[in-house]
Amino acid sequence: MSNRRFAITAFVVAIALIGASLAIENAYFFTAAYGVLVFVILATAWNILGGYTGYVNFGTPAFFAIGAYTTVFLYNAFQAPLIVDIVCGTAVAGLAGLAVGYLTLRLRGVFFAIATLALAVVMLTFVVNWEYVGGARGAYVITRGDAPFGFASWKHYLYVVIAVLATVAIVVARLLERSKIGRGLAAIRDDELAAECAGVPTLRLKLLSAATSCGLMGMAGTTYPYFYAYTEPLSIFSLSYAVNAIAMPMIGGMTSWVGPLIGALLLGTLQQLVQVTIASDLNLLITGLLLVLFVTLAPNGILGWFDAWKRRRKR
Amino acid sequence: MAGVLLQASGVTKHFGGFYALDKVDLEVREGERLGLIGPNGSGKTTLVNCITGTLRHDEGTVRFNGHDISRLATHGRIRLGLARSFQIPKPFASMSVVDNLRVPLLYAASAHAGAAKVSEARSREEAMVILREVGLEEKAEERSGGLTQVDMRKLELARAMASRPKLLISDEAMAGLSSSEVDDIITLLLKMKDRGVAVIMIEHIMRAVMRFSERVAVLDAGKKIADGSPQEVVANPDVQRAYLGE
Amino acid sequence: MDSALFLNAVVAGLLLAGFYAAVAVGISISFGMLDVVNIAHPGFIILGSYVALMVHQWLGVDPIAISVVLSPLFFVLGMALYRVFYLAFERRGQESLRGLAFFFGILFITEVVLILIYGVDYQLVKTAYSETVWRLGEVGFPLRLLVPCVVSVVMVLGVQLFLNRTFFGRAVLAVSQDQLALRIMGVNPVKVKELAFALSIATAGVAGAFLIVIQPVQPSIGREFIGLAFAICVLGGLGSLYGTLVGAVILGVAESFTATYFGPSWAPAVSFGLLLLTLAFRPAGLFGR
Repeated sequence: MSNRRFAITAFVVAIALIGASLAIENAYFFTAAYGVLVFVILATAWNILGGYTGYVNFGTPAFFAIGAYTTVFLYNAFQAPLIVDIVCGTAVAGLAGLAVGYLTLRLRGVFFAIATLALAVVMLTFVVNWEYVGGARGAYVITRGDAPFGFASWKHYLYVVIAVLATVAIVVARLLERSKIGRGLAAIRDDELAAECAGVPTLRLKLLSAATSCGLMGMAGTTYPYFYAYTEPLSIFSLSYAVNAIAMPMIGGMTSWVGPLIGALLLGTLQQLVQVTIASDLNLLITGLLLVLFVTLAPNGILGWFDAWKRRRKR
Repeated sequence: MAGVLLQASGVTKHFGGFYALDKVDLEVREGERLGLIGPNGSGKTTLVNCITGTLRHDEGTVRFNGHDISRLATHGRIRLGLARSFQIPKPFASMSVVDNLRVPLLYAASAHAGAAKVSEARSREEAMVILREVGLEEKAEERSGGLTQVDMRKLELARAMASRPKLLISDEAMAGLSSSEVDDIITLLLKMKDRGVAVIMIEHIMRAVMRFSERVAVLDAGKKIADGSPQEVVANPDVQRAYLGE
Repeated sequence: MDSALFLNAVVAGLLLAGFYAAVAVGISISFGMLDVVNIAHPGFIILGSYVALMVHQWLGVDPIAISVVLSPLFFVLGMALYRVFYLAFERRGQESLRGLAFFFGILFITEVVLILIYGVDYQLVKTAYSETVWRLGEVGFPLRLLVPCVVSVVMVLGVQLFLNRTFFGRAVLAVSQDQLALRIMGVNPVKVKELAFALSIATAGVAGAFLIVIQPVQPSIGREFIGLAFAICVLGGLGSLYGTLVGAVILGVAESFTATYFGPSWAPAVSFGLLLLTLAFRPAGLFGR
């Protein structure tokens, strides 16, 4: 299927699903679905640099926070409309990814990974010290009046927004994946030196991949302050975002856009269930264990199982 | 008389106090078949790395097709028409055999193809043409990570060929192969002549070098000690001493 | 400029540097010499802190002494961890992406387990000397910094001696350079790496005890030390323990000055900044191979 047709299909499917879901009355559904969709974006974004290009980013919370705090800043300074928040948050996060990439992507992949780990800590320090966006105490972003476009509530509206953003993320990922750039990224992932010797401008492509990946992570965070009303460092930089952004693509499968989607839907739903029935901290432990198990025993994830099953059936 | 394609002058590379290359001059003309030989550790692969840009040389210049490429990144040099295969094959393991070739076709070959630019859609056809030439078309859809040794060597060369280079550097493509497999590889490299592609063949297998080369250059301990026709070089006492010792 | 403030900042930095060297020596071994990117290392440090806390609460013994006695436990833990890593990743040649994710998962799990058991409150161990400060003129030497520093330096020098003087130690140095030569000599490089890695985890356990004497600890602060440990090793030059000591001093003093003149909340940014600068301008570090 060509990229253009995929994009159209994706949006049609998204609109259909959104339309169907609006019939649901249960408010909890929108909160849970919002959470899962945020993970869909984060997992898809992570996979662009991780699965497609082979560079591990441990600093997802940092870029997610950039998106969220850009919104807080714009709200405090200009009362900016949501669309401005989304565009700016994505852009700032993308630039940050580009900057970190420029400093570290010319070296071995491990240095990039370590730098992103340290970046998360630094971003936290930075945010905690910046009083204008609330510092350690946090910031409130109040939604005023009725939800736009006649939605029943702001949570409904933001749920639709995040669903659209998730579709955008998936389309972008697929666009990159099935293109000349995608082949270049895969070559870099498989053997960077051989890729250079095949004429692939590795640094340029890596930077593109990093900027896109981190930009999308920021995009995932831009609606957070509106949805949860209260934005504070401990929740934004929570372990949950850090581990899930990696666990979901690894468990779902890293070779295509389908993997992160599967991983996010499965793991996200599982976490919602566990949180409601057992306890929220156990949630994270289960995710961590699943990550280690999959990485050790099933490195190609669920997609890998599926591929292996297909291959066995051919014989 | 064909023009000079590659001109390496005074190339020097040292690691601390150890000189891997010491003022090496090397010239290759268009369409020429040059054999590059020398004992292990004499600097042959280092020279290739300096020519392709994988290593930055410390002194000297490298000119290719009229340009000074000393400051160019590897992919830039490749896009000018240089290509190399690796001693230990480095396939894009997650891709199929045919997809391995599409990468250089789309990136390297397209860069200097002008009107004959390869589109994403046509790259597969072009890749199959090359696979047919090297005898790998049966294995086009197989995962490149699972090939046999000789097939991997062929894939390495096929990938270098897919860049549509003006100069192809083959780094010990025949090491460890059987006699008939060696002949297969020589045939492949000889076909390059029909395309007007110059070849630098780095090998230890002397009969291959003698059969293939128009000219032979010899490195020993980082210095070039001989450069001439195969017969001259083999008769050269310095060369004999380098290989056999005093 | 206030000379007392300055001198105290320098001294605090130096004392801290001793401790930082203990944190970094493990990474220097696992990453610098074995090329294993064990980002879970800080997790084991924190684990060491809590083990020391637990035994101290139970028996009342000095935590540093506890950790030295219990270091064989961490050694064994390190061996087990390396076995899994080797079987799952290194043997298959997939260390980079998946190995990183694996260690991240381990780091994550240790943190979450500690939160589940101990919660997120800060814990500190007060020893007999925690409140004592020796004075030399205007400069104070808090014993809670000095004792860990001294023991830490002894430990690092001990490891250095071990690597340089014993057969096993030199095998470790060799394994990073030429595995084939080791095999020819009849030494199994995998076993050497396993034991060396175990050693690095043992140092982490001991460093954990230092930490909980120096400052309050909670499960999440492990992640703050990752940047620090790698910054020190990269700055000093991978594979050089001497470089690690120098790197630790630079970092310790830089952080101390930042904390003194700009406020303690900016300190984590120092290690990251130094790491980025080093990577950007001199990736081989000061004494790197």
